Parts: sequence; C-alpha cells; structure tokens
Amino acid sequence: MSTDPPPVEPPPVGPPPVDPPQAGEGDRPARRRDLPAALLIGVLTLLLGFAFTVQVRNSDDEQVLAGAREEDLVRIVDEVSSRGVRLREQIADQRSALRQLTSSDSETASALEEAGTRAAALGVLNGTAPAEGPGLRMTLRDPDDGLRVTDLIDVIQELRGAGAETMQFDGVRVGLSTAVTGTAGALLIDGRPVTAPYEVLVLGSPQDLETALNIPGGVVQAVGSRGGSVTIEQVPELLVDALRPLPEAQYAAPDDDD
Amino acid sequence: MIPILGLVAGVLLGLLLDPTVPLGLQPYLPIAVVAALDAVFGGFRARLDGIFDAKVFVISFVSNVVVAALIVFLGDQLGVGAQLSTAVVVVLGIRIFGNAAAIRRHIFRA
Repeated sequence: MSTDPPPVEPPPVGPPPVDPPQAGEGDRPARRRDLPAALLIGVLTLLLGFAFTVQVRNSDDEQVLAGAREEDLVRIVDEVSSRGVRLREQIADQRSALRQLTSSDSETASALEEAGTRAAALGVLNGTAPAEGPGLRMTLRDPDDGLRVTDLIDVIQELRGAGAETMQFDGVRVGLSTAVTGTAGALLIDGRPVTAPYEVLVLGSPQDLETALNIPGGVVQAVGSRGGSVTIEQVPELLVDALRPLPEAQYAAPDDDD
Repeated sequence: MIPILGLVAGVLLGLLLDPTVPLGLQPYLPIAVVAALDAVFGGFRARLDGIFDAKVFVISFVSNVVVAALIVFLGDQLGVGAQLSTAVVVVLGIRIFGNAAAIRRHIFRA
C-alpha cells in the first residue's frame, strides 16, 4: 500500500525520474535502466486492463452467483427456499379451498337430488302426490249392502300385504292413517262417504295382487259370502290421482341432527 | 505513454479472449483490480508531481494487489470476507479519490 511516493521517495527529482545521482553521467544508464522498468510497467498495466475487462465482462454475465461467497450463497439459498416454502403453503391452501368448494358443490347437488327422490317416495306413500304404474282396477259390487267396515279394512290390508304401494278407494286416496268408519251401506273412508259399487285402484305387481285377492278365504271369497262380487282387471298403466291433505304433526317434530 | 498503451492493449486482449475467471480467483479479482487502479492513479499523480519512480510504481502496484488479495483471503478464512473486502474497497476508493483530486489540481489548477 505504498502508492504515495512522496513519503517513500522523498528526493524530489526532476523529469528524469529514476536515478538522480547518475543524472550527471548523461542519459545512457538512465535509459538502460528505463527499459526493463518500462517493460514491467507496460506488462503491469496490460494485466490491469486485461483483468479490468474480464471482471467487467464477468459481472455483466449474471455469473454473480458463481463468484459469490459461501455465506452469501447460504443466505440466498435460505431466502429462495423459504420463499419456496411460502409458495408451497399457498398452493396447498388454494388446493384445499378448491377441493372444499367443489365437494360442497357436489354434496349440495346430490343432497338436493336425494331429498327430491325421498320427497317423491314419501309423497306416494303418504298419498300427497299422484302416482302411476302397473296395478289392478278392482270393482266391488255390494247389492245387499252387506259389506261392513271390517270387510273394507280386510281388503285394504290384504292389498297392502300383497305389496300394494298405494291405492285409492272409490276416489279416496288410502294412506297410512286412513280410517274406515260408518255402518254397512253407509261407509265412510277418512270421513268421506263411499257408495257401492266401490272402484279400487291399486298400484303394485298385478299378478301378486290378484293372487292375493283370490286365495281361499281371501277378499274375493269374503265379499262373495256377503252377497257381493268382485271383478279384477290387470292394468299395465294406471293413474292414482286422488290426493290426501298432508297431515300436520301435532306432537312429533322431525329430528334434524341425525 | 507506455502505461496507456499497456492499458489499451490489455482491454483489447480481454475483449478478444473473453476468458472466464477461475472460480477460486473470483472473489479476489475485483479487489485486485481496484488495488491496481489505486496504484495506477498514485503513479499518475507522482508523474505529475515530478517524483515518479518506476521501481516504486512496480513495487507498489504488485504489493497493492497482493496485500489486497491477501486481506480478502484472510477475511474469507476468518468468515468475514464480505466485510473485509468492503473495507478494502472503501479504503482504496478513498485513496483513489485523493489521488484523483491531486491530479485534478495539477491539470486544472483548481
């Protein structure tokens, strides 16, 4: 670090720089000593220019990382990896949000569909919705007014036991809580008067229903013993369109958390 | 004259050859360049002061470069390389500024 010549070489010599004492001997020795010095200076400055250019080129090249120190590199790697971790967390968050959104979407859709089919099935069972399908059209004739409440209940129970899914009795839909009241000749179903001949529309497997009605001691025989008669007709496409009002539960409320 | 020719030739050589710096030298090259620049500025100032000495210039040039690189090397070994190279650059920069000011005074008389 001794670039500042003043302290190092105090003798303030004139333009012929090198050896002041020999100045008196003329230029010869000074020139001789100058040549290697000049060569050295030339080589050094050439090296400087070379190194300078190389360094400038080098730091232009974005090769900064290659020349960086270990500690700097460690810091850079740290930053990059923590950034990566942050980004990966973001990705995971977004993914789970997306999954939640899509799954809740499809869940709602399928729940809605399920609720719809359930409502339809319940409506058919309850008698609050019209229903159609294969079944029987049955006519009970009762010229002697011999059919009593129990006979009609027997008919209904027999049909239910044979797999009837829903039915209507002389224009009155029969549901779970249907009641048959009155006296022979003036029967009421759910409080509505019905008169013979009774037309019964039943949805279910036609063969099963007909077989069930015709068994010995079954509906057909019972009605016959009361002086009536039964005609049964299998219908491939039957419409049961009498409706019952939706019963409102007075005491029972649906349990939501099942 | 010779230093200017040498500088120009060196720059041209560097442009033409465009070598890559060996990995081991990369931390030291910029420091060495700054140290050499300091020596060159000092030499130029001495020239203007009329006290230029080729021997002093050559020795100061070489020792500047070697010492600067050595300091940085030591700093790297001690784990304070970045800080020490900053310190070297600051010191050399101050010296270059001082030399440049002296040169300016010589040339512009101001």
